[in-house]
This record gives sequence, C-alpha cells and structure tokens, in this order.
Amino acid sequence: MKFTWFNLMPWPDLPDDFREKNRSVWVDIDQKLFDPVRSHEVYNTYMDLLEYAGTVGFDGIGVNEHHQNGYGIMPSPNIIAAALARRTKDVALVVLGNSIALYNPPVRVAEEFAMLDCISGGRLVAGFPVGTSMDTNYCYGQIPALTREKYQEAHDLILRAWHEREPFAFNGRYNKLRYVNIWPRPIQQPNPPIHIPGGGSVETYDFCIDNTYSYSYLSFSGYIRAKALMQGYWDRVAERNAPDASPYRAGFAQTICVAETDEEAERLYSEHVSYFYNRCLHVYPGFADAPGYRTIKTIQSGALSQYAPPKGGYTQLSWKELTEQGHVIAGSPDTVRQRMEELIKGLNVGNIFCLMHVGNMPADKCMYSTKLFAEKVMPKLRNMFPDYADDDRFWCKPLARQAVPGSLPSERDAALVATQA
Amino acid sequence: MAMQLKTVQTRHVPVQYYTGGAGQPLVFLHGAGGVTGEDPLLNKLAETHQVYAPLLPGYGPSDECPDLRDMLDFTLHSWDVVDALGLKDPVLVGHSMGGMIAAEMAATAPNDVSRLGLICPAGLWLDDHPATDIFSTLPFEMPNLLFHDVAAGRAMMTAGLAVDDPKFLQTYLVTNARQLGMAGKILFPIPERGLSERLYRIKARTALVWGDSDRIMPPVYAHEFKRRMPHCQLTSIPEAGHMVIWEKAAEVAAAIGRLG
Repeated sequence: MKFTWFNLMPWPDLPDDFREKNRSVWVDIDQKLFDPVRSHEVYNTYMDLLEYAGTVGFDGIGVNEHHQNGYGIMPSPNIIAAALARRTKDVALVVLGNSIALYNPPVRVAEEFAMLDCISGGRLVAGFPVGTSMDTNYCYGQIPALTREKYQEAHDLILRAWHEREPFAFNGRYNKLRYVNIWPRPIQQPNPPIHIPGGGSVETYDFCIDNTYSYSYLSFSGYIRAKALMQGYWDRVAERNAPDASPYRAGFAQTICVAETDEEAERLYSEHVSYFYNRCLHVYPGFADAPGYRTIKTIQSGALSQYAPPKGGYTQLSWKELTEQGHVIAGSPDTVRQRMEELIKGLNVGNIFCLMHVGNMPADKCMYSTKLFAEKVMPKLRNMFPDYADDDRFWCKPLARQAVPGSLPSERDAALVATQA
Repeated sequence: MAMQLKTVQTRHVPVQYYTGGAGQPLVFLHGAGGVTGEDPLLNKLAETHQVYAPLLPGYGPSDECPDLRDMLDFTLHSWDVVDALGLKDPVLVGHSMGGMIAAEMAATAPNDVSRLGLICPAGLWLDDHPATDIFSTLPFEMPNLLFHDVAAGRAMMTAGLAVDDPKFLQTYLVTNARQLGMAGKILFPIPERGLSERLYRIKARTALVWGDSDRIMPPVYAHEFKRRMPHCQLTSIPEAGHMVIWEKAAEVAAAIGRLG
C-alpha cells in the first residue's frame, strides 16, 4: 500500500454566512475574503503539516492545482513541492498534478517536474489531470470542446521531451516548437511514475491502461459512492486484457479523521468536516461543467449521475450521514482501520490519497489525527495486497544516496580556498 | 408553410439544412441555440425567399465535425455549404453567433456577398458592456435573458418538452454539450475572434437589426457595429430581446426584405 498525506490547502476563514452571501467558492469568489497577511501564516502552517506527515511514516505527501478557489489556495503546486523537496527526505512528492493543457508551452511542465525530480533525488510522482471545468475553462479560458485535444498534445510533447536525447521539432496544433531540448531532465527513467486523475470517462480508463499510468479518482464523496465508477475502470482493465489488475493501477482520495474513540472524533472534527462539506464545496452549478468539456460518450454513459452531489447538495448532511455514507471515514483507530479495509478491498486500490487536513482544521488537531492514523491504522493496512508487493511501476524510485540540504562548508573552511594550492 | 430538412455533403461532413419557400435564395445562419423548422423568422422569410438554414455540425440531429476548430474553419465551412447548395450571392442572414459567422464570410469574400442581414450579431467585445456569459448561465435563467416578454418566451422555449421527465435531463445535457460545445469554439469564453479588424472589408448592403431589450448582446453593440460599418442600415425594434427573431419575426423579415 502507498499512503499519501494530502493537503488541499483550504482558506480557513470563510465566514459563517458564506453560502448565503456568495454564489461560489470557486471562479468568482469574493477577492476581499482573501487576506494576504493572514495567508503568510496559513501557507507556512500547511507546509509544516505536509513536512510533519513526511516524518511519521506516510509514503508520500501530496499537493494539487486549483485556481481562484477558496478551498485550494495552491495555483502552483510545483512551488509548494519545491519547498517541500528541501525540508523532507525519503518521502515521495506527489504532485497530483499539473493541468498540462494550461501551461504554455507544456514543456514548462516537463522542465519543472524534471527540476523537482532532480532537487528531490528522484522522489517525484507526477500527476497529469485534465483539470476541472472550473479551473480549465472558466478560470483559464480554455475552449471546452478543445481542452481534451490540447491535453493530449501536451501529454505527447512532455513525454517526448523527457524521452528524447536530441533536440527535436514539435509541430503540434497548439504548440509550434522548433527546438525542444529540456535541460534538466528527470532522474527517474524513462520518466517519473504518472498518475491520471479521472472522473469516469472510458477514454481516460483506456489512456491509463495503454500507457501503464495509475488511474486515480479524486472525489470528496467517499468510497461507498465511488464503487460503480471504480468498477467501471476494473471492468475495462479486464475487457482490454491488461496484463494484470494490480491495485496500484488505481488510486482513491478519502477524507479521514482519527481520534481515540468514535465519540472523540465527532467532538474534535465535526466542525471542520462541516466547514469543508458545507462551505468549501459551495460551487455555483453553472461553473461545474462547461458544455463541451465532457465527451458525449461520458454524458451518455450516465456516469455523471453516479457521483453527482446528493440532491440538495452536501449542506443537509450531518456528521452522522457523512460518516455513515462514507464521505468521511472517522472514528477510533479500529473503526477507521475496518472502514479503510472495506475501501481498499472494495475498490481494489493500492494508492490512497489521505485527506487528513480537513476544512479549517487547526494544526494541533490535524497532527493528532495524522499521528494516530500513521501509528495505529496504517501499519495494519500495509499488507493488503501481498501478491503485488513488488509492483513498483507506479511509485517513485529515489536515489540511494540523497544530497543533504544545508551542508555547505563553514565560512572558515571556505575562506581557506585562496590559500590552498 | 412547412420547412423540409435535407442533407448536403461538404468536404468535411454531411450538413443538414431546413429549406422552404420560393423567391430569391436566402441563407440563414442560426445562433448558439440552434434552429428548427418551426422557427417563426424562417417561415416569415420563406414567404418571399427560397430559404436555406444549414445546421452547424453537432446541432439538432446533425453529425459533429471535430475538424472545425476556429473562426476561419467556421467561416470557410459555411462558404463550403453555400457552394454545396449551388448558390451564388444569396442574401446572407445570421442571428447572434450566425451573424458573427455571416459577417466573417462577408469580410473574407467581400465580392461574393452583396446583401447581408446581421441580427444582433456576436463578434465584438466592449469591456464596459460585457456580453452575457451564456455558458455558465443555468437553463432556467435563460428566458430572463433571451426575451423581452419573459413569460411568453419561457412558454415558447419549453413548448412540447417534458421538462419533468428524468430522461429529459440526459437528452438535454447531450444536446447542450453538442451544440454549445461547438458554439464555444468561437464564443467561449469571450465571443470575439478579431472581427472588428475585418469589418472594414465588407462591401455588402447590410441590414443590422437589434431588439431594444437585448440582455445577451446589449444594444450598445448595435452602435459599435454601426460605428465600424457606417454604411449599414440599423433597425432597432422595441419590445424585443435577443430572440427578436421569435418575438418580432415580421419586423425582422421586413428589415431583411428592404435589402432587395
């Protein structure tokens, strides 16, 4: 199993009447709600938490990309990952990921991911999402019906840039580049492992199967509601005669809160879970799905209805409902272990993106939950898939010998340089 | 007068078109919402013209055409349709998005268009008067934006539709994705693709028609077109919104008729 500790980086100060006064947490959220001075502390606390997770036994620490979003103040995950690379060791840096159609030209992603891989000593796990319609179409102005074609071209360009050893010309529809020749290139060969966040389209299933990429479903609605979608993926894996159905071909994001007892979990975390599900997910429906963004096939398959928010939105869901329906896995270490087993077996997923910082959760509670999960839950879930224990195709392969940041010679030694022969 | 739905082959894709009436040939290019054979303006125009109203690929039951991506593709495709129909210098009329395409056609081949009708066309952008973002507008809000008489407009839009049928939503989503997905190639996120720099090339006698209550393309855009095409004849129609072609079909047809 690979456990990645994830932080969406929500803004923690959305007001109580946020939903009443604002139509959306995303795209056209009120500028005045962001306080740059306050963000100094918020960013640094969130990065401290990611670094902390890297010390307690998680396999990876994860960041992602959103734009103009009140629950994700991370338009550039690469900036965060670069800072984490310096203050962590051993742990994978899971950037899930860069919306590659938004980078102009996309060789920028090939370069920045290569830099992250080089700085971190081969610890990068790379993610290539298409990006949500909110990010891609409404914030970044991409034409919905052309977004997937542009994404595909960006993917092909990035992979060629990583693989080729001579400068080459790339005559794409969206990118005309006479000399592609990235410097640096990644440590991991032929390229860092690639995870593709998807939302149920057959095209994305096939893309992952064809390229040996891990398919990840990043939902907030939990493992019970994800069953049909993930089964669609595994059915497709079987149908396409993929050489194996390794659980590492798939990943899933799950909100998790651990305390000593179930009652304590509710007491400690319910307000933060409520903040996230009731306030942070308040997205104007007009921004959810620009016409042309999804393929006709995907709409016709009806996959959308299977993971649409419950009627009336999340707002009516209480702690009891959120935990019972699996949106949130919360409780004592034993409760959480049991439900995680259901998730892992039920969805057949080897990569878990643990959403352990939730909403406006303060650092102490987040650390408490994180530590309990790492010490009392994670070890018991380690050996869920013994048959695939050696499957390392979807995870990073760090250098055995890692550079140690901050190991310059002393100034005194440096001064001797002029006197040495 | 019944319109017939026929098909003509172009290089890229079979194109369906409504046709009917008799008289001078007239090509009508529809807006982002598409067109049907019951369209009041088409039927009014057919009293005096042989009307051809091609569907943009993906509209109605017609095939999609992924090869059409940008403004030039749309413009040349529309010329291909005119050619395939065997028409020479038809009266060229477009509504909203169709007006944008018609204007581009006339600017690209100014010697091939002598009569042009632009009905609240898209294609220009004024920072101080942004056109409505139709892509993020929720369906139930559309009548408020499209019509002067909202109640009557809503009734026209939903006539014959089983909006409460769960299957309706799925069909609606597919239709919307096909049609507005296609329209988005030239209208998203801002319905402007450089037309302002090409309008000077148009030689056609031009009728410009605008509803006074247009809330999609506010009437200030009429004046911007007029400023850039001083020779055009502006007809402002009171008590009509962006769907002036439904609300005041006779007045619109009369303005087009004056082109000769």
